[in-house]
Amino acid sequence: MDKRITAPIDKETAASLKSGDYCYISGVIYTARDAAHKRMYETIQNNEKLPIDIEGNIIYYLGPSPARPGQVIGSAGPTTSSRMDKYTPTLLNLGLTGMIGKGKRSPEVIESIKANKSVYFAAIGGAGALLSKCIKKAEVVAYDDLGTEAIRRLEVEDLPVIVIIDSEGNNLYETAVEEYLNK
Amino acid sequence: MREIDANTIISNIKEMCIEANLYLSNDIESAVKKAFDTEKNELGKKIMGQLIENLEIADKDQIPICQDTGMAIVFVKLGQDVHVTGMNLTDAINEGVRQGYVEGYLRKSVVKDPIIRENTKDNTPAIIHYDIVEGENIEITVAPKGFGSENMSRMYMLKPADGVEGIKKSVVEAVSMAGPNACPPFVVGVGIGGNFEKAAILAKTALTRDINTHHPDEHIATLEDELLNEINALGIGPAGLGGSNTALAVNIETFATHIAGMPCAINMCCHVNRHSRRTI
Ligand code: SF4
Repeated sequence: MDKRITAPIDKETAASLKSGDYCYISGVIYTARDAAHKRMYETIQNNEKLPIDIEGNIIYYLGPSPARPGQVIGSAGPTTSSRMDKYTPTLLNLGLTGMIGKGKRSPEVIESIKANKSVYFAAIGGAGALLSKCIKKAEVVAYDDLGTEAIRRLEVEDLPVIVIIDSEGNNLYETAVEEYLNK
Repeated sequence: MREIDANTIISNIKEMCIEANLYLSNDIESAVKKAFDTEKNELGKKIMGQLIENLEIADKDQIPICQDTGMAIVFVKLGQDVHVTGMNLTDAINEGVRQGYVEGYLRKSVVKDPIIRENTKDNTPAIIHYDIVEGENIEITVAPKGFGSENMSRMYMLKPADGVEGIKKSVVEAVSMAGPNACPPFVVGVGIGGNFEKAAILAKTALTRDINTHHPDEHIATLEDELLNEINALGIGPAGLGGSNTALAVNIETFATHIAGMPCAINMCCHVNRHSRRTI
């Protein structure tokens, strides 16, 4: 089903999304990938304050290419999510409601998505130029020294994503291929 | 002996880094369009349509096709009657990569030390494979490689008794494991024979070959076709969400090997299989 959602999202909205839903996200989301996750994780381990509010927010696993003059951002497609798996349950326990990436998640992450009533979306890998058009504003808000891996606050409009793993643990990567093969 | 000024190398490498990241070669672009035409799954077709639109936007607005503009892999066929002047060839190649990535608004994705992980901020060093050939030209291929697919690549040290079946099983297994992580539809590069490192380089080289061509040996050409069919029967489809187009092509390169072995390397690549080639 096609759905429009406005980020940030609460747990109820996250739980209302079902595996296979095609969603258009508008509003504010944050980027973070490997290095930013590692830093946030260490910050949490040390009981220090995170540079962004995790609760109710969506993280987009993205390291964009640099913007040309006059452009908001460069190419901006998803990176492989599984590299964030080690850090993800900790962030979900802090109230992260959604993640946008591509590819499979670990059983631990899927369990944590269920337990925390959150949602995992995929954006189309390899469509970074197209996806960049949905980003209306981009601003580095933390870890500037990490370059492309810095945390950015993005204002997005109708960013197309697909619900892969929903709050009940349904996994589109398994069901979609199976369904196609059984047709 | 022909002399080539290092500045010529630098400017060509720079341009090739940029152009490879903005435009796909004709063979890959046509295959993406064909996949859209033939895709049997509705969602898969929609995704292929978006990938085509993405290529158009990349071209029109000069935005890289994918944000992972890769590590720069450079294949050099150096004619033995060439003398590069002004700078050593490796430094010239790295200078070209530096200029291409910095001036071309490409992402800097290289860290200096694999454990300390500090970004080099100019995407150097490149990974360079040299081959000495006859003549007085230099043929250079720049193939920026993303790591979503690189991470899903596999090496199998097969034994002679594993035979063709063992090769097929390994390739299909690698593709299945890659699934949605490596941004299907894929181009699959396979290197068979040689030894541990040779097989991997063959697999990488295979990715730079026009996908409308076949291996010159008939039994290998047949294997390419059979593997492509088996892979597409997996149903992984565009973005791993089901469909008839899991791979656009399987390219195989082979080399002589030892009586005791049959190494088989599988270098996974997404549809953003970039390569730019020039002869200087
Ligand atoms: S696997 Fe290819 S398409 Fe996917 S993110 Fe990496 S470079 Fe881009």
